[in-house]
Amino acid sequence: MFRFILSKLSLLVPTFFGVSLVAFTFIRLLPGDPVELLAGERGMSAERHAALMQQYGFDLPIWQQYLQFMGKVLQGDLGTSIVTKQPVLDEFLTLFPATVELSLVAILLATLIGLPAGVIAAVRRGSVFDHSIMGVSLTGYSMPIFWWGLLLIIFFSGILGWTPVSGRLSLMYFFEPVTGFMIIDAILSGEDGALASALHHLILPAFVLGTIPLAVIARQTRSAMLEVLQEDYVRTARAKGLPTWRVVGLHALRNALITVVTVIGLQVGVLLAGAILTETIFAWPGVGKWIVDSISRRDYSSVQGGLLLIALVVMVVNLVVDLLYGLVNPRIRHQS
Amino acid sequence: MKSLFKTLLAATVAATTLAAPAYAAKTLVFCSEGSPEGFTPSLYTSGTTFDASSRQIFNRLVEFDRGTTKIVPALAESWNVSDDGLEYTFNLRKGVKFQTTKEFTPSRDFNADDVLFSFNRQRLADHPYHSVSGGSYEYFNGMSMPDLIKDIVKVDDYTVKFVLNRPEAPMIANLAMDFASIHSAEYADQMSGNKDMFDQKPVGTGPFQLVAYQKDAVIRYKAHPDYWAGKAPIDNLVFAITPDASVRYQKLKAGECHVMTYPNPADLDAMSKDSAVNLMQQEGLNVGYLAYNTKMAPFNNPVVRKALNMAINKDAIIDAVFQGAGKVAKNPIPPTIWSYNERTVDDAYNPEAARQMLADAGISGLKTKVWAMPVQRPYNPNARRMAELIQADWKAVGVEAEVVSYEWGEYLNRSKAEDRDGAVLLGWTGDNGDPDNFLAVLLGCDGVGGSNRAQWCYQPFEDLIQKAKVVSDRDLRTQYYEAAQVIMKDQAPWATIAHSVVFKPIRKEVVDFRIDPFGGHVFYGVDLK
Repeated sequence: MFRFILSKLSLLVPTFFGVSLVAFTFIRLLPGDPVELLAGERGMSAERHAALMQQYGFDLPIWQQYLQFMGKVLQGDLGTSIVTKQPVLDEFLTLFPATVELSLVAILLATLIGLPAGVIAAVRRGSVFDHSIMGVSLTGYSMPIFWWGLLLIIFFSGILGWTPVSGRLSLMYFFEPVTGFMIIDAILSGEDGALASALHHLILPAFVLGTIPLAVIARQTRSAMLEVLQEDYVRTARAKGLPTWRVVGLHALRNALITVVTVIGLQVGVLLAGAILTETIFAWPGVGKWIVDSISRRDYSSVQGGLLLIALVVMVVNLVVDLLYGLVNPRIRHQS
Repeated sequence: MKSLFKTLLAATVAATTLAAPAYAAKTLVFCSEGSPEGFTPSLYTSGTTFDASSRQIFNRLVEFDRGTTKIVPALAESWNVSDDGLEYTFNLRKGVKFQTTKEFTPSRDFNADDVLFSFNRQRLADHPYHSVSGGSYEYFNGMSMPDLIKDIVKVDDYTVKFVLNRPEAPMIANLAMDFASIHSAEYADQMSGNKDMFDQKPVGTGPFQLVAYQKDAVIRYKAHPDYWAGKAPIDNLVFAITPDASVRYQKLKAGECHVMTYPNPADLDAMSKDSAVNLMQQEGLNVGYLAYNTKMAPFNNPVVRKALNMAINKDAIIDAVFQGAGKVAKNPIPPTIWSYNERTVDDAYNPEAARQMLADAGISGLKTKVWAMPVQRPYNPNARRMAELIQADWKAVGVEAEVVSYEWGEYLNRSKAEDRDGAVLLGWTGDNGDPDNFLAVLLGCDGVGGSNRAQWCYQPFEDLIQKAKVVSDRDLRTQYYEAAQVIMKDQAPWATIAHSVVFKPIRKEVVDFRIDPFGGHVFYGVDLK
C-alpha cells in the first residue's frame, strides 16, 4: 500500500509543475497586458507604461518571471492581485467555499437521482423507461450550461416564481460569513428562515451544475449494472430464490458501485469547469467566476495562482479517489 | 419522494412570501454588473468601481449636478479664479461630517487638511500614502494633473488654493471627476499602522456609507445620517452583483432589484412592453467617428472629405449597427455637453451630389482604406459592419475602399501615424463633460500624431479652442466652442457618425432616478414609492 501511495504521489509533482507552466505562459500569450488595462480606455504614455511594467516585474524575461513565481509559490506565497491588491490566496479562500458548497450539493443531487435511475434502467433493460432515461441523460449531457441555466431561471423564477433568480441568500438576511458555506452560516446565524432561504437559492444552480454529472452517473450506473447482472453469482443468487431487490440492491449494486464511485470522483474536474458558467449565470460568488474576471482583466497573478490552486484541488481529489479505489479493489493495488 | 418534494417546495415558497414585508426601512437594490476593484476611486479607472465608491461614499470639491454635466458646488461652497487663470481659490463648506464606521469615529468636521491629503497622496511621491495599495493614479496622470498643478496651499482651515503652471479652464470640471474624491486625513492618520485597510474600509463625507462588502456577491450601504445636504430618502442601498445581463433583467422583473445596468440589447423590446419596468434612455457622452488623414492627398482637400461624408448613409448605419440604440451625430461633441451647437447643419446624404463634387475636384478611380476597430465600444458596437456599409456607400460614388483591422493595441498605435493610409473608425467617451475634453483632445494641433486621428491642424479652429481654454467665463467659452463646431463641420476632418443611446431599465416604484451622462449610477435623491 505504501508503495502504491508513493507511486501516485510521485505523479503529482510533474503534473503540478506542468500546470503551473501552462497557467503561467498561456495568460501571457493573450494580447494586451494588465498595465494597459489598468489605464482603461484613456491609454497611457509609453514611458509610464514601461515604468509600471518594470514596477510589477513584467519587463523581465519570461523564464525569469516564472522562476521568481515558482520560488515564491514553493514558500507558500502566491502573489498579490494586480487589480485588487489583495493576496491571491486570501481571495481564493474567501470564494472557494461557495464553489465547494455548490459543487457538493450538485454532485449529491446528481447521485441521488442518477444512481437509482441507472439501476432501474438496467433492470428494465429495453423498456420504455430505459429508453427515456437514456434519451434524457444524453440530452442532459449535451446541454449547453449557459442556455440551460437561463432557461430554468426564466421558467422557474420568471414564469412560475418558485425560486429566486440568483444570489445565495435573500437580501433581508445579513450576517458576517463565518465558514463561507452559506448553509452552515445560515444555521449559525440563528436567524429564522435563513436556512430555508439559503436552500431555496441553492436548488436551481445546483441542479444546473449537476445536470452533466447526473447524465454521466445514470449512464455509467446502467452499463456497470448490466455487466454485473450477467455475472454467474447473480444467476446463482436468483436461482437461490432471493427476492429481486436483494439481488439487485445488494449483490449486483455493490459491485457495480466500484465503477460508479470512480466516475463520481472524476466529475470533480467537470464540476469546476461547469462552475465557471453556473457561477456567472446565478451570480454565485465562487472561484470560477473570479478566474474568468481575472483573465479578462489580464490579472496575471490571480490567474496563475488561482489556476494552480484549482489544479491542486482536482489533483488531490483524484488522488484520494485513486487511493479509495485501491482500498476497495485490491487488484488495482497489486497491479501497480 | 413526491410528497417530500412538495412539502419542501411549499416550505420554501412560504418562507419567501413571508420574507417580503420585512423591508420596513426603505431599501433600494441595484443589480450591478461586477465587483469593484477597490474603494479608493483615485487608484482605479473603471465605472464599476466609481459606482461603488466615489458616487455613493465620497464627495468632491465640486460635483456634476445629478443627471447633467453641469458643475455645482459640493464640498467647496464657492471658488474664484485669478485674472491670469493660474490660481483657483476654494472656500470650503463648514459643518460637513465624515461617516462614523466600525473602524473610525471622526473627532472633527471636514477641513482643508482633508483636501490636501486627498490630492497630495496622488501628487507627491514621498507622501506616506502615495505607494499604498499599488499606488498608481491613472486618472490623475491621464488628466495631466502632475504637470498642471504647481502647488496646493492651505490658506486657512476653510480655504484652499490650487496654483497652476498654466491657465486651464477645464480645471474645475477635472476636480468634479472621481479621482478628486475627498478622503479623511484624520482617518488616514489613525490607520497609519495599517494603511491597506484605509483603502478597504472607506470613510467619506458622501450620502451613503459602506456597511459590508462580499466580493462578487453583495455590497451593502446605509444612508449617512448626518449628510451635509440632508439624509438620503432611502435608508439602505444594496448592490446585488449580477454579471449576466439577461439574469439581471429576470431579477428586475421578479422584484429582486429596482435598478439594473447594461441591459442586453435583445431584451430592450420586451422591457419597453413590460408593465413593471420603466425603460429610460439618453444619449451617451460619446461620439463615434470616421477620421480621414487630412495630411495625405487627396484627403487634404476639404471638398473631397465633404463629398465622401455626403456619400455615407448614416441612418442606415444607425439601423444596422446600433439597432436603434444610437443617434446620428452631427457635431463632434454629444448633445449632453454644454455648448453643443444645435444650429450646425449636417452633411446631407446625397450620393449624386457627392459623385459630382468628386468629379469637379478631379478625382476618379480613388482607392483607399477604411480601418475597422477589432473591439466593441459603446460608440461603435460593430466596427466591421460599419466599415462594410461605408465601403458599399463609397462604391456607389466610384470610390474603392478596402476594410482593414489590427489587434486593438496595434490599431490604436498604427492609427496615430501621420502617414497613415486610409480613414479610421474610432470614438471617444467624455471624462469631465467639458467640451475641451473632446475638441482639443481629438481635433487640436497638439494631438496630431496622437489622439488627433485626422492629423488635422487648422488654425482658425485651433485659435478658438485655445482661447476657450484660458478664459473661465462660461458664456464666452460657449461662443467659442459653438463657432469651432461650425468650422469643423465645414472643413470635415471627420465624418461624425453616431452617439450611442444608453438604456436604463428601472422598476416603476423607483422615484426620480436620473441617467448619469457619465455612465455612472448616483442614488442620492432617488426614492421608492
